[in-house]
Amino acid sequence: MNAEQIIFYLLSAMILGFGVLSVTTRKIFRSAIWLLFTLIGIAGLYFWLELEFIAAVQIIVYVGGIVVLILFSVFLTQQSGLQMKKPRQGRSVSAILAVVIGFGLTYLLIAQHGFISSTQPFVWSMEMIGRQMMGTKQGGYALPFEVVSMLLLAAMIGAIVIAIKPKAIEK
Amino acid sequence: MGHLNTISLILLLPLAGFLLLGLFGRKYIRQYAGLVGTLLMAGSTVLSVILAYEYFFLQGEVDNVYQTLIPFKYTWLAFTENLAIDIGALIDPISVMMLVVVSFVSLMVHVFSLGYMKGEERFSTYYEFLCLFTFSMLGLVLSSNIFQMYIFWELVGVSSYLLIGFYFDKPSAVAASKKAFIVTRFADLGFLIGILILGFYADTFDIATLIQRLTDLQSAQFLSITTASFIGASMLTWALALIFIGGAGKSAMFPFHIWLPDAMEGPTPVSALIHAATMVVAGVYLVARLFPVFSVNEVSLHLVTVVGAVSAVLAALIACTQTDIKRVLAYSTMSQIGFMMLALGVSGYGNAEGLGYTASMFHLFTHAFFKSLLFLCAGAVIHLVHSNEMGKMGGLRKVMPITHLTFLVACLAIAGIPPFAGFFSKESILLAAWQHHKIIYWIALITSGITAFYMFRLYFSIFWNKASSAASISHDHHVSEGTWSMKIPLIILGICTIVAGFVPFSNFVSSDGVGFHSEFHLSFAILPVVLSLTGIVVAAMLFLRGNERPAKFAAQLGGLYKTVYRKFYIDEIYLFITKRIIFNLIGRPAAWIDKYVVDGGVHASATVTTKAAELIKGAQSGNVQNYAMYFFGGIVVLTIAFLYLWK
Amino acid sequence: MNSIPIEQILFVSTALFFIGMYGMFTRRNMITMLMAIELILNSVNINFLAFNKYLYPGKLDGMFFTIFIIAIAAAEAAVAIAIIINLYRSHQSIDVETAEEMKH
Repeated sequence: MNAEQIIFYLLSAMILGFGVLSVTTRKIFRSAIWLLFTLIGIAGLYFWLELEFIAAVQIIVYVGGIVVLILFSVFLTQQSGLQMKKPRQGRSVSAILAVVIGFGLTYLLIAQHGFISSTQPFVWSMEMIGRQMMGTKQGGYALPFEVVSMLLLAAMIGAIVIAIKPKAIEK
Repeated sequence: MGHLNTISLILLLPLAGFLLLGLFGRKYIRQYAGLVGTLLMAGSTVLSVILAYEYFFLQGEVDNVYQTLIPFKYTWLAFTENLAIDIGALIDPISVMMLVVVSFVSLMVHVFSLGYMKGEERFSTYYEFLCLFTFSMLGLVLSSNIFQMYIFWELVGVSSYLLIGFYFDKPSAVAASKKAFIVTRFADLGFLIGILILGFYADTFDIATLIQRLTDLQSAQFLSITTASFIGASMLTWALALIFIGGAGKSAMFPFHIWLPDAMEGPTPVSALIHAATMVVAGVYLVARLFPVFSVNEVSLHLVTVVGAVSAVLAALIACTQTDIKRVLAYSTMSQIGFMMLALGVSGYGNAEGLGYTASMFHLFTHAFFKSLLFLCAGAVIHLVHSNEMGKMGGLRKVMPITHLTFLVACLAIAGIPPFAGFFSKESILLAAWQHHKIIYWIALITSGITAFYMFRLYFSIFWNKASSAASISHDHHVSEGTWSMKIPLIILGICTIVAGFVPFSNFVSSDGVGFHSEFHLSFAILPVVLSLTGIVVAAMLFLRGNERPAKFAAQLGGLYKTVYRKFYIDEIYLFITKRIIFNLIGRPAAWIDKYVVDGGVHASATVTTKAAELIKGAQSGNVQNYAMYFFGGIVVLTIAFLYLWK
Repeated sequence: MNSIPIEQILFVSTALFFIGMYGMFTRRNMITMLMAIELILNSVNINFLAFNKYLYPGKLDGMFFTIFIIAIAAAEAAVAIAIIINLYRSHQSIDVETAEEMKH
């Protein structure tokens, strides 16, 4: 058992453990923190996979942006200290059942498939990413890039419009 | 031969009257409605007389046989190649005679109604219905196709319904018109089935062809209809019996007679036209029209005879006890029609054998005159006294001389006193009965005696018996007897009653078209006349002056009198059968099935749908997580299906 | 990298996916539901990268998809928070079961 495997198993345990805690805990603030740790674990996994760029993006956007956003919304809705309600009895049983069956089915499919790993090394660089991202030829992602930027614009405007306080015309 | 035009006009003039008065009568021609109707009717009558003259004296007779002429025939509805409903006209002695009788009596009634119905608000409607009736009756008489006759038969029934229920705000009139229509309609079911059987076996609905095929003992159709049988009787017997049932319904024969007394709720001139002279003889006309076919089947002739005899006796007995003048006359009509049926039943076919046929038609002819005269006189009396009951009348002979005289003439005619018309026709009926069936002869003889009795009971009670107080009231009336429009028809009909007996009928009308010379047996005629005179004398003794004898006599007879007075409880039996048996045993279960099974099934399908919807609607919980779980469940199922089950 | 077969990485991502799904089915608070959805999206990212590295090392498509998914997830989280705040204003609660206007 080499260091690779050990690190991988540690990282996986962290991810899955904090994930379970995040979805089961009854205090909302703790749930957000567990989520934070899960996302950091996933970034660690990316580092282990030698995909530093993606790991960096993950930390910056997810951890530094989304979790902070979630924490702010928790404060805005004044929920932070309280206990959340438990889910209904039947609901949690059927959810566990659904999840277990789904997981079993999916993993069965995966295990039976027999993936053939390639032997070539995985080579990437920022320049390669940059060129392909802006490339317009075959395999270029210029169009999705532009579309995503428009989507971000729309999401920004949408978020502002939805959350804006209505001008109360009170008489 | 201008027959086509003449005949169409005879039919179309009353039809035009119906349409004209129906569409424009209320608004535009109000006061003249009666004149319009009467003039059109007069036109029809004149044309009928001209046709009769032409047929009987000029053109109809070929080689001593009166031909059956068919001036026109159009195919209206063809079921198969051979079975079709044609619209055509058939001219033969009896149809021409009926044309004259119907149009003439209708004309008299139209004239009489000018005075009787004056001031009536629905004056033009009344004339419109009269025109419809005349058109239907003329069409029935002229029909060349048995289905066409059925169509006009039903039209006559409709006109009768409209006219009986003319005073529709009286519930008794409405009930009477419904009863008439339903009872005759019920009998017409038999008629229709009979028509279908005959049409099926003879392969035609045309009357002339039908008669020719079913009287030829060698023809294929005759053999097939006599060999096929159903519950023991041959199909020919069934067909003729069923057709006779239809005729019995329309002619108020026992046991379908219950509608006739109630039909007196209509205006009196209507009773004169429909329920005395024309519609009620439609059944007799039907049997006469199909007489050759009847004559080859003994059983049906026996049926006709028995029904006729029973009706005659029954009606005569009941008429002795009734106190409403129109009801007495209604039962008298039923009795006389019983005589006509009886005469047809005992008749043979061909030459002097067919005396019964000729006698029946002769009696129909004379009866039309004197019975309509009786009804019109009754109308005049009712118009004066404003009541139908005999108890309210009496001693009217000084107040209404013309009515009195004509009523007397008619009563003498119906009693069979020479030289009035009834004598000749009744004598030939009795002769025909004597020649074929002695028992029927004795029954007919006794019935004619009773006829004389009750008719003169009626006559004396109205015109002589001064005991009732109405006599003094009537002197105060200014309009004593009615206008001239009411008197003229009485006079004309009175003259006809006297004269009609002298027509040598057998030279013109006979069962096979060959006229024969009928003999007049003086010795034979004496017994009936003596019996009638006895009846008159007994009536005079009891009713000429008001006395206690009738009441004492009735009390002595006790229960028997009561039964006869209540018309042998036949109405009660019918009510019992319909209410207790048909309504309870058939009507109620049927209604129950309709309400709970049929409607219940529909309701149940709605309830099932609603309950199922209530079960399912829980899925619409509004809860996103539930939806997510259903979504996921669906995906899993589909995945399994596509991966493992669909190869 | 070769000592860990791809199935084990896929095990992690699948388990994370279903953990997120459990959270989505079960949580009554809308914000925690959103967090569970983020877990799902992350599991998909792991999947893409694992396949890219193990099965198609010559291409970079898995990485691009991952980048785009991260971007879109961020936008979606922003809009979702905005909606939650709006719902909070009208219902005074962020319990998912109080927004039951679509109930039959």
